[in-house]
Amino acid sequence: MMGYRAFFHGKPDAGSSRSKRAGKKSGIELAHERFKFIRLFFVLSIAALLVLLTGFIITLGPLNISVADAYSALLARFWPDYFHVETLTSRVVWNIRFPRIVGGIMAGFGLGICGCVMQAVLKNPLASPFTLGITAGAQFGISIAAVIGVSIFGGPYFIIGNAFVCALFCSLFIIALAAIKGATSENLVLAGIAVNYFFTAISQLLKYFASDEQLRLMTNWGMGDLAAFSWANSRLLLVIFVICFPLLMSKSWDLNIMTAGDEAAKSIGVDAEKTRIFIMIVTSLLVATIVCFMGTIAFVGLVAPHMARMVIGGDHRFLIPASGVLGGLVLMSADAVGMNMIAPTIIPTGIMTSIVGVPFFMYLMMKGKRKEFWT
Amino acid sequence: MMIKLQAKEIIFGYDSNPILENVNFEIAPSRLVTIVGPNGSGKSTLIKCIDRIVSPQGGSILIDRKDVTKMNRMDVARYLSYVPQSSVRIFPTNVFDTILMGRRPHIGWLGSEGDEEKVWEVLRLLNIERLAMSNFNELSGGQQQKVLIARALVQEAEVMLLDEPTSNLDIWHQLDVMNIIRDVVKKREITAIMALHDLNLASTYSDRIIMMKKGRIVAAGNPTSVITAENIASVYRVVAAVRSISDRPMIMPLRQIKG
Ligand SMILES: Nc1ncnc2c1ncn2[C@@H]1O[C@H](COP(=O)(O)OP(=O)(O)OP(=O)(O)O)[C@@H](O)[C@H]1O
Ligand SMILES: [Mg+2]
Repeated sequence: MMGYRAFFHGKPDAGSSRSKRAGKKSGIELAHERFKFIRLFFVLSIAALLVLLTGFIITLGPLNISVADAYSALLARFWPDYFHVETLTSRVVWNIRFPRIVGGIMAGFGLGICGCVMQAVLKNPLASPFTLGITAGAQFGISIAAVIGVSIFGGPYFIIGNAFVCALFCSLFIIALAAIKGATSENLVLAGIAVNYFFTAISQLLKYFASDEQLRLMTNWGMGDLAAFSWANSRLLLVIFVICFPLLMSKSWDLNIMTAGDEAAKSIGVDAEKTRIFIMIVTSLLVATIVCFMGTIAFVGLVAPHMARMVIGGDHRFLIPASGVLGGLVLMSADAVGMNMIAPTIIPTGIMTSIVGVPFFMYLMMKGKRKEFWT
Repeated sequence: MMIKLQAKEIIFGYDSNPILENVNFEIAPSRLVTIVGPNGSGKSTLIKCIDRIVSPQGGSILIDRKDVTKMNRMDVARYLSYVPQSSVRIFPTNVFDTILMGRRPHIGWLGSEGDEEKVWEVLRLLNIERLAMSNFNELSGGQQQKVLIARALVQEAEVMLLDEPTSNLDIWHQLDVMNIIRDVVKKREITAIMALHDLNLASTYSDRIIMMKKGRIVAAGNPTSVITAENIASVYRVVAAVRSISDRPMIMPLRQIKG
């Protein structure tokens, strides 16, 4: 293994296969080692940043809590013998502030990884759950479920199931559209906007015919923001994450290859069509669940993968987790700003992410004309 | 004669528009074979059929008597590698990672030092080591072509398919790439099948040449028997002078045959 100094001080001197024979690495090989180190370092450091920022954001709010108290309150749950905090602090941290942060991290993480893999399989830098209308589909599924009546089928599974089916329907529509020759990435996004409007309109229409009870269901599920997140929700969300994340990670190599185009993918042994459908099914499930518990959160899924790509390049083994963590970071920071900027007024999460996301999206659209992103 | 690759009665068309009609050939192991023919004669399509990038509507392709059309894709990738004429990537990827993709049929999720070492070996073989960390999209057309060849080489397949691998290369690099492919064919005892427009290059390097016209094979055999003034007149509609230089026919196109 290289020492730390070697990573940062290896001078690139090309064509030195002489030194190779002497058992030493050439300049370009050192540059490659350095690249791999930075890639790993980046993923680990944003994960560390997430933990640090969690501690900091917990301290924000009307009740004064120090960073040390924040971590103590969190750890006291698991090791009550070692950490002590006042009951009030513990209550505020565990019942009010921390759930919201965890909700933000989970939603941001899920949307980030979904955006990342969708961009890869559709070879479309503008793809994300929101821009392709998949969140709108899930939202529509919730409204339908509420109108049909959850009481008949009972419980959250019916609502999530319905949201999933509708999100999946949107995904398959997008795949079919992408398969048509000449469907450019801009056209896909235009279709996404159309789908967005269509489903939002129908959801609004359903509200007119909904009874009070049905309206309550609709707003409880999916119309909210991070405030709607509770520990009770987290378990199901966690289960779905634990299933979906490894599934997506296991496809890392295939995703790398798919960005080279379907022909190249096939010649290297990757069944492009199957992979695309598989990925869209898994992301539909994730997106549907997130929309059910936390509502529509725009643009995080678009921004996070691009930020990750800028730093660590195209290897999905690192890109997927990095997109997830960055998504979590972006969402939780945006939400913290929204909560505290003009306190006590709380700006809903979705509004904050759109304020950050829209200019970025416009920038990508402009840049897209040059057919190349982040170089 | 031992047979490595055999194509039987291949039929293919895009939307009922016939492109390949009853293509048959057999290729012995450790041979360099070129496919020549006018634009649109079906060379690229034939190569894609062999690699199952498109599925033939009829016929079969056998490697070591095993039918490629019945294998799963990952197995096909262990037998056959493919070098496209060019490739655009939407997202930036460095050359090293692009070539590493070729290891996919052999690699575990983590990847290994051994796989990376193979990439370095091929980079050195093609003399593009210094490009390893460059962005693929920012290379010149010729450099990109070498990277795509490198990706197919690390795939370590027994049959290598190349679609006009020299189309973007200057004459020095044309010879360079052809020499490398010829060496690989001899050393690793693999079979290379390439579509090529340059008849003189084909004549110089090929063990066998297949000449196509309108989706059919019109001549096949060693360079002397295929590269003849008559064949060139009937297939390309060009009058050409053919001379023999170090036992290989070399052509000089003189004029078009009109009408
Ligand atoms: N994707 C496609 N859809 C429909 N027709 C196609 C497609 N690709 C190729 N063709 C048609 O198939 C025929 C053969 O094309 P092919 O690319 O195999 O020719 P080629 O011999 O490789 O030509 P060139 O020397 O120009 O590369 C052409 O008439 C072409 O129009
Ligand atoms: Mg061609």
